[in-house]
Amino acid sequence: MSPETKPDFLISPEGLRIDGRRPDELRPIELEVGVLKTADGSAMIKQGKTHIIAAVYGPRELHPRHLTLNDKAYLRCVYRMATFSVPDRKRPAPSRREREISMVIANALEPALFLEDFPRTVVDVFIQVIQADGGTRCAAINAASLALADAGIPMRSLVPAVAVGKADGVLIVDLGDMEDKYGQGDVPMAILPSTGEITLLQQDGSFTKEELLEAMQMGMNACKYIHELQKDALKRAYLRRTPEKGADDEEYEDDLETDLGESALPGEDDE
Amino acid sequence: MGDFSAETISHIDRKYIQDLLAKGERVDGRAFDEYRDVSIEIDVVAAKSEGSAIARIGDTRVIAGVKVLVGEPYPDTPDEGVTMITAEMAPIASPLFEVGPPKEDAIELARVVDRGVRESESVDVKGLVIEPGKKVYMVFCDLYTLEYDGNLIDACSLAANAALLSTKFEEMKLEDDELVPTGRQLEIPMQNLAVEVTVSKIGDYLVVDPVLKEEMVQDCRLTMAVDLNDHFTAMQKGGGTGPIPMSKVEEAMDLALEKAKDLRRLVFEATGRRVG
Repeated sequence: MSPETKPDFLISPEGLRIDGRRPDELRPIELEVGVLKTADGSAMIKQGKTHIIAAVYGPRELHPRHLTLNDKAYLRCVYRMATFSVPDRKRPAPSRREREISMVIANALEPALFLEDFPRTVVDVFIQVIQADGGTRCAAINAASLALADAGIPMRSLVPAVAVGKADGVLIVDLGDMEDKYGQGDVPMAILPSTGEITLLQQDGSFTKEELLEAMQMGMNACKYIHELQKDALKRAYLRRTPEKGADDEEYEDDLETDLGESALPGEDDE
Repeated sequence: MGDFSAETISHIDRKYIQDLLAKGERVDGRAFDEYRDVSIEIDVVAAKSEGSAIARIGDTRVIAGVKVLVGEPYPDTPDEGVTMITAEMAPIASPLFEVGPPKEDAIELARVVDRGVRESESVDVKGLVIEPGKKVYMVFCDLYTLEYDGNLIDACSLAANAALLSTKFEEMKLEDDELVPTGRQLEIPMQNLAVEVTVSKIGDYLVVDPVLKEEMVQDCRLTMAVDLNDHFTAMQKGGGTGPIPMSKVEEAMDLALEKAKDLRRLVFEATGRRVG
């Protein structure tokens, strides 16, 4: 257990934050797609010291069956924190906080997905927080959205998310743990970049209307930047996986006749 | 509460509600920015609980009860008391609520109401200490739904605030490590008050205080807690997966600022106690 004390200030006299960032500066973000072999889709995010892995399974058969939706796939998100991810050992059983966050993450991701293409199935999104240092629900959305893309779930766009907030009266972007705990407020948000619509919005702390609107605008800009990082991560993963030219030529029978259905189908010769 | 867009509501009803909104009307004839009748009654569990209230918004009704216990403070906050708000979506209130452990929507309800009170620092937790590091008062405010016709969050917020404001409990002191009552009655030290206002987005329209049928067709709702200084102390987008543009959020915030004034006045009137 690491001893934790309240810092004297969150914004230094020079206007910098405790980790040396400017108010509108994000932590370094590392995104990697396809980090798990068995999952249909997966992604990892490191955002500062926050470290999260997301896996997607499905569309697949839904158990328990009574949850089945007849007009679309059921999006089941499970956000879990490892016991060792926080300063005190977290109790292993799912907490009420984890269940609420699971729900808001599902709400944040769902508008981007074409779930109506897979009625009566489930798309499972499992999110494991390995290390938590603030902004985990937003980082989780960033990773989960990439994992969904990696799983090939049809989507309108990726969903970037970021937490904005206030510390020592200054509006800041991408809160770290200390800023979350000792700051004056926290506004996690997620957007659909194509339309600028908001899919996740929560707030705590204390804000005037003007502050809140300005903070959300900062969040919007940060989300657009994160969206670029997400697209990059996806491109990196799939450029790497593109088969080398000529490597697969002999294994596929890929001629025009087969494609048009003009060649004999297997078994057809008998008739 | 919750996302009932998948629950049973006929396409006819859905279209009817949307068509009405396009004409500037609502199913029960209210204006878009109008609450149903709100009433708050306190001391409804006078014999056994330290504070209690029933809040009613139209046909939605919830009961809040406060128990004040003495316990040990959390190790990281030895000089602070403890407050906790829970909520149960009891099956008595609606055929949509089921028996069993709390589901996501009940957890959300409790946590959103709790956040409204906690983040506004309504209760001065430093004033709930008997002996720092040893004994503090623990204030539990538990909410039960009685009747559900939409907008549980706002009803719960009203009931919880009214119950907390009207709570009276026995003062205790430590004598030779024994708890003894001093014979005095205390009130919960309150330094702020935040009421929650829920705005429902249906298509391009925003309406306050949605009834159940409106909740069933809404894209999403935005709940905002507004305190005495007109600061926003909590916010939650929920009740569906529909996205919401910035412009609508700003519109909803204006509605919340305006409506919070009336709700606050009702809480003060019902409890006869003012804060701030």
